[in-house]
Amino acid sequence: MLHPHLTVTGLSCSRGERRLFSGLNLTVEPGEWLHVQGENGVGKTTLLRALVGLAPPTEGEIRWRGELVTQGSDDYRREMLYLGHYGAVKEELTPLENLQLSAALDGIALSAPEALATLVRFGLRGREELPVRFLSAGQKRRVLLARLVTRKATLWILDEPFTALDVKAVELLSGVIGEHLSHGGLVILTSHQAMPMPHGKVIKL
Amino acid sequence: MNAFLAILRRDLLLAMRRKSEVLTALFFFIIVVSLFPLGIGPEAALLKKIAPGVLWVAALLATMLGLSRLFAPDHLDGTLEQIALSPTPLGLLVAGKITAHWLVSGLPLVLLAPILGIQFDLEADALLILVAALLLGTPLLSLIGAIGAALTLGVRGGGVLLSLLVLPLYVPALVFGAGAVEAHISGLGAGGHLSLLAALLALALFFAPWATTAALRIALE
Repeated sequence: MLHPHLTVTGLSCSRGERRLFSGLNLTVEPGEWLHVQGENGVGKTTLLRALVGLAPPTEGEIRWRGELVTQGSDDYRREMLYLGHYGAVKEELTPLENLQLSAALDGIALSAPEALATLVRFGLRGREELPVRFLSAGQKRRVLLARLVTRKATLWILDEPFTALDVKAVELLSGVIGEHLSHGGLVILTSHQAMPMPHGKVIKL
Repeated sequence: MNAFLAILRRDLLLAMRRKSEVLTALFFFIIVVSLFPLGIGPEAALLKKIAPGVLWVAALLATMLGLSRLFAPDHLDGTLEQIALSPTPLGLLVAGKITAHWLVSGLPLVLLAPILGIQFDLEADALLILVAALLLGTPLLSLIGAIGAALTLGVRGGGVLLSLLVLPLYVPALVFGAGAVEAHISGLGAGGHLSLLAALLALALFFAPWATTAALRIALE
């Protein structure tokens, strides 16, 4: 099998009638991360949604390990984790339930001690049994980001992962991303902040 | 299979934490059915005649009440997106969600129906047929409803549209379901109606998760 890498050739996306970008080429190799930059409304989220296979692009192709990514490719979805704008956590459930249930839906075995340790690492000690609706926006975001560690994906596609996070959490997340990269992982993210991490590529839409 | 049980557990857990929404549909069913004997008066023959139809129509409407909640909350908070991107086939997870919906809003109707049927002076064996017909029919309502719920996802004023879309599709279930009890009372035997209901259920079990999955993918684009 080819080593994990993502190749995009001649990608064009439109939203309704409006063409957002066209002829986009890029490659991301293991250990590399790609910073998608651009003004609001320029199509950063649309690009990410095309990359994960939620919204098919107008033109062009996306390949993972040399194979075309389509909506039905299970292998790609197993190796890819997308965290979008949304909270994507259930307000009625506790952080622990959220983490364990999303792992179970993805077909991943996650023991309670392992899940608890991850939540503690993300600064949610003492909040494990509290329904998520009682948490602050930043804490909700941390519950979601804990999935980065438990899901064990190779390619992370993150839409504005630093929103609503405090200084400590930003540091923590940068650390988690750095660790992932040093293990040969790939990261594609959008952010308006400057990112203090090596081996970065920048693409401006 | 584990993922199927996981989504079933998740949706049942969520229903437990939002009991009021589930109970509203149940009380709606009880009240609508109880209004008829009160409004029509104590004419045993007439009540017995309208009982199957009234119980079935009330069951259709009560199921409708919960349908828009099948996918909309998950769509709003983005968990539906995560479900669609999960390595587990979406069809399996959708089947799990539909099963949870039936357990929460279909099964209680089946269990309540014989008690409510007593108000209409139905005999014990007619009540048994009513339960059997509802047991076959309510999963059918959940399956067909899921297609409609997925198609109207994210549409403004989706609730009314959903009723317009789904209620006509419920007609076969209503005809055979209510027909089974009527046929039994008139001495014709309910076997034919029940096997037709079972056939419809088998068909829907096969096609509905697939159609729902396709509609969800379109809604998420």
